[in-house]
Amino acid sequence: MVNVTIDGVSATVAEGTTILEASRANGVDIPTLCYLKDINEIGACRLCLVEVEGVDHLVAACDNQVTDGMVVRTDTPRVHAARRTNLQLILSRHDRRCPTCFRNGTCRLQSLADTFGIHEVPFESSFDSRPVDARFPLVREHAKCVSCLRCVSVCAKVQHLSVWDLVDSGSRARVDAVAEDMCSFCGQCITHCPTGALHERDDIAKVSAALADPDKIVIAQVAPSVRTSWAEGLAIDPAQATPQRMVAAIRKLGFDYVFDTDFAADVTIMEEGSELLHRLDEEGPMFTSCCPGWVRFLKAKHPALVHKLSSTKSPQQIFGALAKSYYAELLDVDASRIFVVSYMPCVAKKEECTYPGMDAAGAGPDVDVVLTVRELIRQLKSRFVDVALLPEEEFDAPLGVATGAGHIFGVTGGVMEAALRSAYFLVTGENPDADAFREVRSAGADRGWREKSFQLPDRTLRIAVTSGLANADALCTAIERGEVDYDFVEVMACPGGCVGGGGQPIHEGEEWAAPRAGILHGIDQKSALRFSHENPSVKACYENYLEAPLSEKAEALLHSNHLKDWSMPWR
Amino acid sequence: MRDSMNIQHSFIEVRCGLRPVSRIVSGDRSPLGRSLRILGEYMTLATEAPQDAMRNVLGGLCLGTTRRLEANARGTCPVDMTRALVGVAHAQSCGKCTPCRIGLGQISQMLERIIDGRAEQGAIDALENLAEQIRISSDCAVGYHAAEQVLRAVRGFRDDFEKHAASGRCVMWSSQGVPCVVSCPAHVDVPGYIALTAAGKYDDAVELIRKDNPFPSACAYVCEHPCEKTCRRTMVDDAVNIRGIKRYAVDHATAPRRVECAPATGKRVAIVGAGPSGLTCAFYLARMGHAVTVFEQREKAGGMLRYGIPNYRLPKAILDDEISSIEALGVEVRCGEAVGEGGKSMSDLRRDFDAVYLAIGAHGDKKVGIEGEDASGVVSAVQMLREVGEGSPADFDGLDVCVIGGGNVAMDAARSAVRMGAASVRVVYRRRVADMTALAEEIEGAIADGVEICDLMAPLSIATDEGGNVRALVAQPQIIGPVKAGRPAPIAADREPVELACQRIVVAIGQDILSDAFAEEGAQRDRKTFHVDETRAVPSIDGVFAGGDAMRSPATVILAIADGKEAAKHIDEYLGFHHTIAVDVEIPAARLDDRVPCGRAVMGERPGAERRGDFELVEYGLSDQEMRQEAARCLNCDHFGCGILHKEGRLAW
Repeated sequence: MVNVTIDGVSATVAEGTTILEASRANGVDIPTLCYLKDINEIGACRLCLVEVEGVDHLVAACDNQVTDGMVVRTDTPRVHAARRTNLQLILSRHDRRCPTCFRNGTCRLQSLADTFGIHEVPFESSFDSRPVDARFPLVREHAKCVSCLRCVSVCAKVQHLSVWDLVDSGSRARVDAVAEDMCSFCGQCITHCPTGALHERDDIAKVSAALADPDKIVIAQVAPSVRTSWAEGLAIDPAQATPQRMVAAIRKLGFDYVFDTDFAADVTIMEEGSELLHRLDEEGPMFTSCCPGWVRFLKAKHPALVHKLSSTKSPQQIFGALAKSYYAELLDVDASRIFVVSYMPCVAKKEECTYPGMDAAGAGPDVDVVLTVRELIRQLKSRFVDVALLPEEEFDAPLGVATGAGHIFGVTGGVMEAALRSAYFLVTGENPDADAFREVRSAGADRGWREKSFQLPDRTLRIAVTSGLANADALCTAIERGEVDYDFVEVMACPGGCVGGGGQPIHEGEEWAAPRAGILHGIDQKSALRFSHENPSVKACYENYLEAPLSEKAEALLHSNHLKDWSMPWR
Repeated sequence: MRDSMNIQHSFIEVRCGLRPVSRIVSGDRSPLGRSLRILGEYMTLATEAPQDAMRNVLGGLCLGTTRRLEANARGTCPVDMTRALVGVAHAQSCGKCTPCRIGLGQISQMLERIIDGRAEQGAIDALENLAEQIRISSDCAVGYHAAEQVLRAVRGFRDDFEKHAASGRCVMWSSQGVPCVVSCPAHVDVPGYIALTAAGKYDDAVELIRKDNPFPSACAYVCEHPCEKTCRRTMVDDAVNIRGIKRYAVDHATAPRRVECAPATGKRVAIVGAGPSGLTCAFYLARMGHAVTVFEQREKAGGMLRYGIPNYRLPKAILDDEISSIEALGVEVRCGEAVGEGGKSMSDLRRDFDAVYLAIGAHGDKKVGIEGEDASGVVSAVQMLREVGEGSPADFDGLDVCVIGGGNVAMDAARSAVRMGAASVRVVYRRRVADMTALAEEIEGAIADGVEICDLMAPLSIATDEGGNVRALVAQPQIIGPVKAGRPAPIAADREPVELACQRIVVAIGQDILSDAFAEEGAQRDRKTFHVDETRAVPSIDGVFAGGDAMRSPATVILAIADGKEAAKHIDEYLGFHHTIAVDVEIPAARLDDRVPCGRAVMGERPGAERRGDFELVEYGLSDQEMRQEAARCLNCDHFGCGILHKEGRLAW
């Protein structure tokens, strides 16, 4: 422990603590812009400058450690003037058309300018005027970039991809894509961008057009984790922001049917669980394939492992394929009239629905448009839907019926847990305790992934679970080197799984994956049905349409050929 | 054609400098695809420079820029130079931090507006404020050093900034002149005499020099050559060896031509001190037709050229010839006639002459102020060198000698001590060798003479034996410490003092100006130096002028000469005249073949073992071949560039 004095108050903090953390822990806040704890501690923006006694210049608080006896002053005229100048310099290179910015209201730079009381920028303003390419799911507005390098750090350190880097030098130094072919479209750069420099492609207009078309039967499917975050930033008490109220709100937007992707997640378990049992005797492991960010990553960085991916499509694509085949038959309509909109916590899903093979129902793309949770919130706001006043409503049947196993697909370990519940049943013919596999949730190994062994009657099942692509990279490398051997591996690209997804609402400087995960686990706990194979709608679907998991029809609609359909780079 | 392995290898090497290897080798997985891509990229790169070569090119560019800045001529606009330097700094910015990435760009834009006179009121204060914010905000020296440069410029050249902001114009008179001529305090026509020397017209070269400097030979042997500091040739490769060429000219010239003096004016001028400054003043006043009497306290004329600079650097015969050429104009030099203490008074001179020029030099001692300094065996460098100059050096035979100091005088004293038979000579200096004010070639010469340099040693006291004779110099080891007033200052090292055994200690830590007697008669002083106005006149006494070391504190021969020349001009005007000093030579036309980079030829020296035993000349002159090559390196800045604007009045002042 070391003793420091911060603004006249003595404090004792652990050795190695940064000035910033020491100050915040002792009730003294210091403004930051580029700082992301543990990820981007680089002292770039120079807003966290403080005075350290005995040092002539000012010191960045975020990347310098306290030393014993250090005297820090955060609240002096010199500090204020320097921070202010630096903020004004940043603003002089930032396109300040805030009202039309996606991040209006959630922008860190905007709130800092407001907090600092900056109402003029005394420097000549000029912006990076290169045109914005809005074709891809991930859009970069150069003129709004403040070169905080958060995207660079998140992509390199958390996702091991290094799509972004600081290029050129001097006045021309800027962040740009240097390995865009590697991009997984995970969207972590977006959720960690302090400004509107990075955002998803806005596809709301396509949905509005479909909703306005009387010939279209417009169907919404809602991914598991969307129900945990759909009302963040809306005027509603979080306790009131139930999945049922979300259904009402989405229905209010004009959809003909509001269904649950979690139904498709239950179908995924039937297919993937069966596939797993078939593949157990092959050289392991089998990888989950629900996460399109992970699939892109694997194809880009470990192409030799692609054949280990489960051929089962993701719940989103399974839903789309069934909506435009099975459900079209139920409605007795031409599948081409059905328009499927997905609400996803994800940017990569926007790309997934366009891949070759994602049109299995034969009526155009199985999923027509993918909107992120942020787009859903923008839709609700722009339609002046007062969600707090809406009564709770249920998902439509039959594709809105789901089990607890489907719900937990949105959190790391959830797919694994759901699969194990049904795999046990498939092997033994009887259900395990629904919480028998909850151990996959708890932190196990210390090397970036959790590994567990579960005893099935005839064999031991060795599984691994991880999230975040840097962890996935380490796991893949260990598998490639033969250092580890598993039967089944679940990977989600975003830290914490879809609850931490790149399409989720942004809370500056905060990670909300854990509380959202808690909500999903709570929903599972309270669900009447917690086994995918017990979902009556799933059963009916198999009985009346698909016949059995891995049937010819199921293979045609619900499975991909990862080695043939497409490969990276793909955009 | 390289085989594919080599291509791949070099490509990865090339790119590793820019990006992590993983990024290079990942990507295309098929070996063929990867080879093709690598080949493709290599082909693109092959048209550019590979990384190593790139580094060399960039290193060359930076070195070239360093040389360019080193040779920065007087007359460039400090505001515009600041803008350009900020541009360099900004190009060095990695772009990580706000103050450097954006701030330096804003500084550049503010400077542009100030330079053009487009800036708003208070723009200079805003500039200064932003620079200060960048200074205290920056994470690394790329940023804060740039800001410090801006602050230094805006504070040091405030007038220039103000003028630009107010009018969009430069305070500087937009004429930069010929760099070497501008940098020479006496403004000797360097390109002119180089061209004449190259043409074999050595007499003309000497006459051209004598138009501005009556000591061409003395300067050819001992000038500190400030002309070479700004030599534009430095931008191409290295400065021209100007002094070497001059030495060739004086060594090969016949006796100086007799110059005609202007008709006698009937005015009489007294000059105190027959050193380079006094004799220069006398020379030009005599050429103007004034009657000049020089009062010299010592036995012979020459001042420090005789009594400070040892024979091995400037042979007395050459000095005597040069002084004779001045006396030949009718200048009366009264040796052994002191003025001031123990001689005539300044008022006497003022009464008997129409004007007086005080050029008394700096011939007094300075004390170190340590215990034992008055012990027997401690001598001042001034006194020791004077005795050498007088031809009666003290007997150092077999003695161990310590010289305290790090300037040129310390080197002269140490090298003389070697020649006086000392068993060992050590130069004891508080700072590092690199911090010595002595010329590098003097230090090297001293070392070659066998002198040992004991740097980072601060004299503490002088130890004596029972008889009061020097036994040792006690010194405190130092480390070099923080920069103070622009120079790293030494601080005491965490070590015990050492005793440097010796029987003689020569103190060479500076010289004193013996000006008290003149001050008592009303001559205004700044400390010990005479205070003068821009006409070199001492304001408190009408008709009295001052220059040389006595006016500026100990400096160089060429500065003393320049003062004498300047004083002559003003005394002439004071006496009511506007005489012209002219020379009748024809300067050859500029050559066109001067741009090929070529090394600088330097002068050789007699081997150390041979020269240590005598006071004969150490330095050899350039050979004819070397002189021709050096002369051909001159870029003729008198003709090319702005020099062509300054031809008018070149042969007269």
